[in-house]
Amino acid sequence: MSAECMLETRSLCKRFGGVSATDDVSLCIYAGEVHALIGPNGAGKTTLISQLSGLLRSDSGKIFFSGEDVSRKSAAALAQLGLARSFQITSVFQELTVIENVAIAVQVTLGSSFRFLGNAAKDPAILGPATEVLKRTGLADKSSVLASRISHGERRQLEIAMALATEPKMLLLDEPMAGMGQAESNDMITLLASLKGDKTMLLVEHDMDTVFTLADRISVLVYGRVIATGSPEEIRANREVQQAYLGDD
Amino acid sequence: MDNALNRSEQSKLAHHKCRSFYRRHRGSVLPGMINLLVLVALGALPVIAYLDGQIFWLDVATRLVILAIAAVSLNLVLGFCGLASFGHAAFIGIGAYAVGIPVYHETYGGFEMIAGYSGWWHLALAIAVSALFALVTGAISLRTRGVHFIMITMAFSQMMYYTLVSLQEYGADDGLSIDLRSELPLLNLDDPLHLFGLCFASLLGALLLSWTLVRSRFGKVLVAARSNEPRLKSLGVETYRYQLVAYVISGAMCGYAGALMANFTVFISPSMVEWSRSGELIFMVVFGGSAYLFGPVIGTAAFILLEYFLSRFTVYWHLPFGILLILVVLFLRGGVSGSIARLFSKRSAVSNSVSVNSTSVAEGSAPAIQGSSQARGEDTP
Ligand SMILES: Nc1ncnc2c1ncn2[C@@H]1O[C@H](COP(=O)(O)OP(=O)(O)OP(=O)(O)O)[C@@H](O)[C@H]1O
Ligand SMILES: [Mg+2]
Repeated sequence: MSAECMLETRSLCKRFGGVSATDDVSLCIYAGEVHALIGPNGAGKTTLISQLSGLLRSDSGKIFFSGEDVSRKSAAALAQLGLARSFQITSVFQELTVIENVAIAVQVTLGSSFRFLGNAAKDPAILGPATEVLKRTGLADKSSVLASRISHGERRQLEIAMALATEPKMLLLDEPMAGMGQAESNDMITLLASLKGDKTMLLVEHDMDTVFTLADRISVLVYGRVIATGSPEEIRANREVQQAYLGDD
Repeated sequence: MDNALNRSEQSKLAHHKCRSFYRRHRGSVLPGMINLLVLVALGALPVIAYLDGQIFWLDVATRLVILAIAAVSLNLVLGFCGLASFGHAAFIGIGAYAVGIPVYHETYGGFEMIAGYSGWWHLALAIAVSALFALVTGAISLRTRGVHFIMITMAFSQMMYYTLVSLQEYGADDGLSIDLRSELPLLNLDDPLHLFGLCFASLLGALLLSWTLVRSRFGKVLVAARSNEPRLKSLGVETYRYQLVAYVISGAMCGYAGALMANFTVFISPSMVEWSRSGELIFMVVFGGSAYLFGPVIGTAAFILLEYFLSRFTVYWHLPFGILLILVVLFLRGGVSGSIARLFSKRSAVSNSVSVNSTSVAEGSAPAIQGSSQARGEDTP
C-alpha cells in the first residue's frame, strides 16, 4: 500500500442476502484530505462507513488504517486508534444531557474507565475538554439539557461534537447535514470547513454544492461499486457519473 | 416525514427508559428524604418492636434486609446496565451453601480443606465462588441481549439448581439444617439483634458501594451502554468488559446476601435457587424502580409487607398480589421510586420538545421506513 493513504480499502464486500451493499470497494483516503463519498440512495455509503468503523464485519476485502491492517478490529479498537464516526440516523445518548454525552466521549479517550472511585461528573480532566468541544460546536448554552430535548439540528451538532471529543485522527461523517434546515446546514459546513486540514475526513453528503465546497477529492458509489474517484472537476466532467448520478439531479 | 418518525421514535424511547440517573440528583431533595426515612424506619422500628417483646417483626425485617441486598445487587445489572438477569437466585444459593457446607464438614468431618465455623471464611467463600460463577456464566451470557440474555441466565441458575439437588451428602432436594451460625468477632449471630444489625449494616454497605460505582467513570460507561451501546462502542469502549465486571460485582454481592440468608434461616436447600426466586428478585427491583439506587430497597419492602398483609386477609392472596404487581409494573413508570421522584420534581422547564425544526429534509436523505427501523443502533449486525 502507498504510505500516504491514511485509510485504504482493498476489494471490500458486504452482502445482505441477495443485495451487494458494497462490492469490491477499493479506496485510498490521503492523510489530511477531505474525501467526499457520493451516490444515490441505497448505494451502500452507510454500509461502507459501518464496515470502516468496525460496526459491520466485511464479507471479504481488507482495511488499512495508517498502514495497519484493521480489517478484523472491533469498533471500539478502531475508535481507540483514532477513527471516529458520526451516524446518518442521529445516535446520541438520549437520556443523558448534552455535556454528559460529550463527557463520556472525553472520558473514553482519557484511557481505561475501570475507575471505581471519585465523581466522574465533577472531574475537571473530563469537564474541561468537554466544555471546550461544546463551545467549538456551538452547543455551550445547551450544556445541561437532555439530548432528547434539543432540536434535531442541535442533535446533529452533538453527534459531531462527540466524534470530535475523542480527538480522532480521522472522521467518518455520514451525512452530517441530514434533516437540517438551511441555517443549521451552513453552521455545520462552517464547522467542517474549520476542521479541514486538521482532520482527515471521509464525508458522505448528498448536497452537491456542499460537496464541491468542502471536498478535495470525490468518490462515486453506485450499487455498491466505486465508479469514479477524482477531483471535483474530474467528477463533474465524468460521463459515467453524470449518467448514473448527477444526471437525475 | 423522516422527522415525524424520528420524533415518535424518540418520545417512545423517552417514555420507555426512565429518566437519566444524573437527573434524579438534580431534582427535589424530597425523594431523598423519603428514602432516608424508609431506611431509618427499616433500621429502627423492628428493633423497637423486638425490645418491646414482639419478636416477629425483627424476623420479617431481617429477611427483608437480606433480600434488599440481593435486590440492590441485581439492580447493578438490571437497572444500571439494563440487562435483565433471571438467574440471581443462583448466587443466593451459592452464598448459602458457602456457609452450610463448611459448617457441616467442621461438625461431621471430611473435606477439611473447606471445613470451618469462621464467618470470615464463609463470607470469603461466598463472595469468591459467586464471583467465579458470575465470571464464567457472565462471560457467556453477556454475548447475548434481550430475551436470549434472560433465557441463558435462567438456564445457568437451573444448572445450579440441579447441581444442588444432586448433592446427596448435603441433603439433595431436602436441604440441610445448619447446626451452628457463622462465628464473627464481637457478634453473636444467634442473637436476632446482632444478626439484624449485621444485615442492616451490610445493606448500607451495599448501597454505598453501588452509589460509589454509579457515579464513577465505570458507572458512566455502564449507563451510557444501557442508553446506546453501539454508539458507545464506536466511541472506543469495549462495553462487554465493563458489563462483565459489573456482573461479577453484582454476583459477589448477591452471594454475600446468600451467606447472610443461611445464617438467618439456618437451613439451606436447592429451593433457594428455584427460578421463581429469581423472578421475585426482579419484581422487587422493578416494583421499586429499577434505575434508582434506592428503588430495590423500597421494592423489597413493599413486596415483603404486601405479601404479609395480603396473606392475612385471604388464603388466595397470590391472585390479588399478582394483579397488584402487574398494575404497578404497567402504570407506575419507574416503579415506586420513579413515581415518588415524579411527584416532587416539577416537569422540566425545557419543554422545547424533540426535533421541532427543519421541514426541508436534505436532498434524498434516507427513506422514511428505513429511517424508523434503523433509528436505534442503526447498523448493529
Ligand atoms: N442491515 C441491513 N440489512 C439488510 N439490508 C441492508 C442493511 N443495511 C443496508 N441494507 C441494504 O443495503 C443497501 C445499501 O444501503 P446503505 O444504507 O448502505 O445505502 P446508503 O448509500 O447509505 O443510502 P442512503 O443514501 O439512503 O443513506 C440497500 O439496498 C439497503 O437496503
Ligand atoms: Mg446512508
